[in-house]
Amino acid sequence: MNPRDTILARIREALRAPAARHNAPAPSAAAGDETAAPPSRSFTGLLPRVGPGFEDWVAAFAAASRELRTEFVLCESEAQVRTELIRLRDAEGWQRVAAHAGPRVKPAVEALGLPVWWTDGGYDKHALEQCDAGLTECDALVAQTGTVVVTSTSAGGRALNVLPPHHVVLAGREQLVPDLPAAFALLAERYATAWPSMISFITGPSRTGDIERILVLGAHGPKKLTVLLA
Amino acid sequence: MTSPAAAFKQHARTLTRDLRHRHRIQTALGKYEVKRDEMKARFQDWEGARQAAAAIKSEAIHHLDRYLEEFAARLEARGAKVHWAPHAEAARQIILGICRDRGARTIVKSKAMTAEEIHLNDTLEQAGFAVVESDLGEFIVQLRGEPPYHIVFPAMHLTRGEIRELFARELGDAPSDSPEELTMVARRVLRRKYLEADVGITGANFAIAETGMISVTENEGNARLTAALPRTMITLVGIEKVLPRLADLALFLPLLATAGAGQLLSGYNTLYGGPRQPGEPDGPEEFHVVLLDNQRSTILADSEQRDALHCIRCGACLNVCPIFRHVGGQTYGTTYPGPIGAVITPHLRGLRAWQHLPFASSLCGACTEACPVKIDLHHHLLQHRRNARTQRPIWWEKLAFRLFVGVVNRPALWRLSLALGRLGQKVHGLVRGTRLDPAYAWTQTREMPRLAPQSFKQWWRQRSANRAGRDSAEGRGPVGP
Repeated sequence: MNPRDTILARIREALRAPAARHNAPAPSAAAGDETAAPPSRSFTGLLPRVGPGFEDWVAAFAAASRELRTEFVLCESEAQVRTELIRLRDAEGWQRVAAHAGPRVKPAVEALGLPVWWTDGGYDKHALEQCDAGLTECDALVAQTGTVVVTSTSAGGRALNVLPPHHVVLAGREQLVPDLPAAFALLAERYATAWPSMISFITGPSRTGDIERILVLGAHGPKKLTVLLA
Repeated sequence: MTSPAAAFKQHARTLTRDLRHRHRIQTALGKYEVKRDEMKARFQDWEGARQAAAAIKSEAIHHLDRYLEEFAARLEARGAKVHWAPHAEAARQIILGICRDRGARTIVKSKAMTAEEIHLNDTLEQAGFAVVESDLGEFIVQLRGEPPYHIVFPAMHLTRGEIRELFARELGDAPSDSPEELTMVARRVLRRKYLEADVGITGANFAIAETGMISVTENEGNARLTAALPRTMITLVGIEKVLPRLADLALFLPLLATAGAGQLLSGYNTLYGGPRQPGEPDGPEEFHVVLLDNQRSTILADSEQRDALHCIRCGACLNVCPIFRHVGGQTYGTTYPGPIGAVITPHLRGLRAWQHLPFASSLCGACTEACPVKIDLHHHLLQHRRNARTQRPIWWEKLAFRLFVGVVNRPALWRLSLALGRLGQKVHGLVRGTRLDPAYAWTQTREMPRLAPQSFKQWWRQRSANRAGRDSAEGRGPVGP
């Protein structure tokens, strides 16, 4: 028997005995019981509450960002996004940035007047590591948790949003969703026929508490995360 | 070689007396508890979330064969290679083979308890590969040459001063003992490693059957880099990690972060569903997923303890366990310490050699209450005790219980033994806590509970007699029905 069949046979043999649990809820999906209804998957009423309107979502995302030390700016227009980027460039003294050629990011990055390292179509990872910031688009912002959802196809690959020391996200208002179930529904709708090889839920800048449980930002990934929502 | 039980006893004895250790652990876990409770309170229905998670996990493991096949088929359809490892040696050989075939020199690893379980680093290092742990806590304990202290906080037993000394000695770079500067030292060292590594190895928190993806939860971004830069990516995952659907993560990710670290969501929750796909700018050329059984099917076959496979390795049961908090994580001598370790280690390594773990519990049930997927932990500890004694009865214990039954079933004997006990207690005062004390094992570190001067029955009889006397003195009779 090959190892795959060995493991599957062991599992099938093990499952022949029905579960006997001391304080179990009625086993809704016990072994062999194909008629049992699968457990409920409506999680919205269990998770933290998020208000119904767009303003509530913005307020929730802003509150979560403050806790996470994400810099969140609600911009009036694309023009304000560019002003914010210039402010960041000057404040941090950016020499070179990395980005991908997305429709929202490309014009904004070009307006910075800096050398740009584009990741589309492959790149040198050592050069990417030397960039001062990585600018990307995203698939969604999650109000409930202050999360930025990116994928390897929508945000310039796997490394662009995690290798440079500052990750700047350019997002549109239509991308803000209330909660995690909504984010997963959106991903399923967008990618069910061709999933990207990576999907990441980014919640705040890189962090660690491994030394005496004291919070330090920028453990391995970005020390700063900025979200510009226009 | 000392037996696991003897080693456990010896280390436990040392550490329970180490007040600095205790203070350190209590401080760290105190901070955790505050944050955990704050996040739990944000859930609209935490109890409902636990119920829902337990039901989904139960569904997953009761159809484990089907979900594993679905997971593997979907993942392979996107060009990944799925390997099946019935035991630890098979997993080690598969991973070793991949590293050799690719002519790898340097391997970067993100935190994976499964890799600890099969002692992967030893195998790879003996074969001549340079293996670097990239999670900061794991990096620190690797430099010290010791196993992780805790499954979520590997270096929680060390102070910044100790870590500074370690970095100065091993890396020649330790500017101060500020956690921030020490973290930046590790960042500099590890950045070079990600860029030069040929192979990246990760664990996984979940395996999604519906879409054929693994999900990795972390805060530092080290797993993100491990999965982004090396040309080959290997993920070692236990077969019990399967979840039926992608959307199940909307519940499990916040549940794991809250129970595990007192965060609503961890910094990075990342799904990997294949190697670099056409049109993507980066990512590994090869993606291998190794599915590890290693006695998990034995736990599945135990119809009483099957729910131990619900475990999402959040560490919540360790954090609340009074035993863990006193004896510390490394005392267990197991990959998985604390209550969950005491439940699964006898399955993974044999009940006979590891039966002391289920006995090292106060059975207080704090673990069961803390578990976000509702594993019946403290009852499983009791079942292990029962099974251990059925396997190998202890004659004096059986005799003691038979005597006890004989005494409590005979009121006269019971009264006599109580009277003797009270008498004995007076004499006991002379030797209590000394080597001459027959109860020394208990009294060397604890108070001996005292027998009440009067039994309840005596008290009741006396009280009734007093009342009757008072009532008749006041001219009232007993109240009729």
